[in-house]
Amino acid sequence: MIFFLLRRTATMILTALCLSFIVFYLTNLPPNLEKVAKFQGNSRMTDEEVARWLDHNGYTRPTYVRYGEWLGVVPGWTDERDGTTTGRCIGTGESADTAPRFCGILQGNWGRSTVFREDVSHIVAIRLAQTGKLMFWVMLMMVPMALLIGVLAGMREGSKLDRALSTVSIMTTATPEYVSGVILIAVFASSAVGLKWFKGTATSAMDGANFENFFLPVLTIALYGTGYVARMTRASMAEVMTAQYVRTARLKGVSFRNIVLKHALRNALIAPFTVIMLQFPWLLNGVVIVETLFNFKGLGWALVQAAGNNDIDLLLGISVVSVIVVLVTQLISDIGYVYLNPRIRMS
Amino acid sequence: MEDLSWGAIILRILIRFIPVWIALAVTFGLSIAFKRRLGLYGKLFDNTIGAVGFGLVMFWVYTALAVGLFDWIVTHDPLSAATGMKNKLPGTPLRGAAEGEYPYYLLGGDTLARDVFSRMIEGAWVVIRIAPLATLFSFMVGITLGLPAGYIGGKLDTGLSFLANLILAFPVILLFYLLVTPEMVETGIPSYMAIVLFLFPIVFLIVLINARFHTQPTRRNIILVVLLVVLGWLYLSLISDPITVVRFWPSELDLFNVPAGILVVFVSVVFVNAPTVFRIVRGLTLDIKTRDYVAAAQTRGEGPWYIMLWEILPNARGPLIVDFCLRIGYTTILLGTLGFFGLGLPPESPDWGSTINQGRKLLSIYPHAAIVPAVALLSLVLGLNLLADGLREESLRD
Repeated sequence: MIFFLLRRTATMILTALCLSFIVFYLTNLPPNLEKVAKFQGNSRMTDEEVARWLDHNGYTRPTYVRYGEWLGVVPGWTDERDGTTTGRCIGTGESADTAPRFCGILQGNWGRSTVFREDVSHIVAIRLAQTGKLMFWVMLMMVPMALLIGVLAGMREGSKLDRALSTVSIMTTATPEYVSGVILIAVFASSAVGLKWFKGTATSAMDGANFENFFLPVLTIALYGTGYVARMTRASMAEVMTAQYVRTARLKGVSFRNIVLKHALRNALIAPFTVIMLQFPWLLNGVVIVETLFNFKGLGWALVQAAGNNDIDLLLGISVVSVIVVLVTQLISDIGYVYLNPRIRMS
Repeated sequence: MEDLSWGAIILRILIRFIPVWIALAVTFGLSIAFKRRLGLYGKLFDNTIGAVGFGLVMFWVYTALAVGLFDWIVTHDPLSAATGMKNKLPGTPLRGAAEGEYPYYLLGGDTLARDVFSRMIEGAWVVIRIAPLATLFSFMVGITLGLPAGYIGGKLDTGLSFLANLILAFPVILLFYLLVTPEMVETGIPSYMAIVLFLFPIVFLIVLINARFHTQPTRRNIILVVLLVVLGWLYLSLISDPITVVRFWPSELDLFNVPAGILVVFVSVVFVNAPTVFRIVRGLTLDIKTRDYVAAAQTRGEGPWYIMLWEILPNARGPLIVDFCLRIGYTTILLGTLGFFGLGLPPESPDWGSTINQGRKLLSIYPHAAIVPAVALLSLVLGLNLLADGLREESLRD
């Protein structure tokens, strides 16, 4: 068990390193750096001015050295001009002598966002809390709904109820968030023709979420995931219902209700558990779309802002966070699967 | 002229689709008449869900072909604006319509006074051209790498699986935002990725033919030379483009140029889909390679590529066909996502994702401009999912 966890953690760290390097490399290609320079300086800089600006701000060092700087294993850049020294690790108003040599994520310094002009760790913390709130409600809505649909459909395979519920779950998997969001807003929030039950934006939900302003975004994300989890639950339930021990229970004369609730349900829920955990990467996608559509300023919204303006440090911060979320949920799903299913031994 | 009522709008739309109805009726008539001789395809028509899904998919395929090849169905030019038609509701008559011009905007006008109906129809052509082809390419990549990973295993498997998991751990939208930007097209990275990714179908086909006919060298050589010349020419025409960094191929021999925006969209969609296909093929291979017929082929002394491509692959076709249908739907969703964020395709492009993105700004006042492409996308993806479900049920039956 310990060995398994260690190996998984090592793979996780390696994956996170590779991915952050890819993001770092792609955001630091010459055309992207030029964009950064023009965003920071002014948009009408000549090529020479851009080159000088990049040189003075430590962007001309080789990519892998700068990746090391970001990680905190290579000393940060310094630049001497007009008697004052500036550098990666020297904040405004600090002197070069007292500043630390290393300042990367290993030292807890996630860099500074060029778009929001704030520390990345600060932005990520605030936005992650907002997205966490959204995800919490999505899970609270999606999981019971999906399991209920799946179990009801799977307990009598081929029945009318099964057909109807399966069609519903296929429909929800075929509706990406930007389609269902648009339809839901038009039906429930449009001021022209709609029912006007809910609000079409969730901006006010960031301080005080209530049913009126938060239901639509939560429903939009939950719907897309529901169908998939429900189909997995249905398949697993249908398989369990044909198992020998269920047949034995039936022959003993146990009521159908008790068979479903006491015998089948527990075993049928092993597979959906894994699927629900593996839904997280998908949900992250949905979060970006829904946060953009409903103007809810969470992590996905910050990602769009950062990517649109090539905000290198913020992009790296967000991608590291989202990659860790994905990998940790994968790990939890693996461990949970083994715990729930005693037939599998860890090796 | 008066505004049309909803009944009249629906009737007029149905009339516009007449070529599609005829094509659908012919397809269904012929298929049902000969369904006993058509194998799995014929059995699809015994399955209500599968038949409905097939109908929906073919509806969009025929619509796309009718508009792409013959310019039928559309009522107006999807890019040109008409005066006074901004944000008009469905069924509004066209002000000052010229002789021979269609007198109504059947589904209203968008914020730039263009016809929503025509843009939706034109969008089908964009999607139907890109989505199945991109899915096919990701399958070629996934199969070419997944088969050896599952069959040979060892270090190759570890390495390839790590790479696949690496790409899968990336949030798709972040990857799109990094790859599908004008700056990235400038650096030429999408062109280099295209060089690598488009090589896989050629490698796949050559290995496939070679493994089959290596006992008949003359026949093999003829087929291989023909294949290499045709595919090689297509490949070089495809990857070489005078406006990107890859431009070595003389323009006299260059058959076509893919616009840089489309190419980068295509490449990133293939790149995102291929790892999942890889995992599926690898899993299927691990399962099938323990079967007796594989052992029999090994005893006969067949080479590893023959076993992979002519013993394992044909026996994995069922799940692969089902996944292919599902994945076209997923690719359509990805294309829509790209359009929704305004990435890759030009902003005036009539594809469904871009039109939803433009329509959503005035969603609460004029919902029709976003709803129409949203429903179109939904119906195509739903059709593909139903089709996949029907195929899965029918292939499990025998």
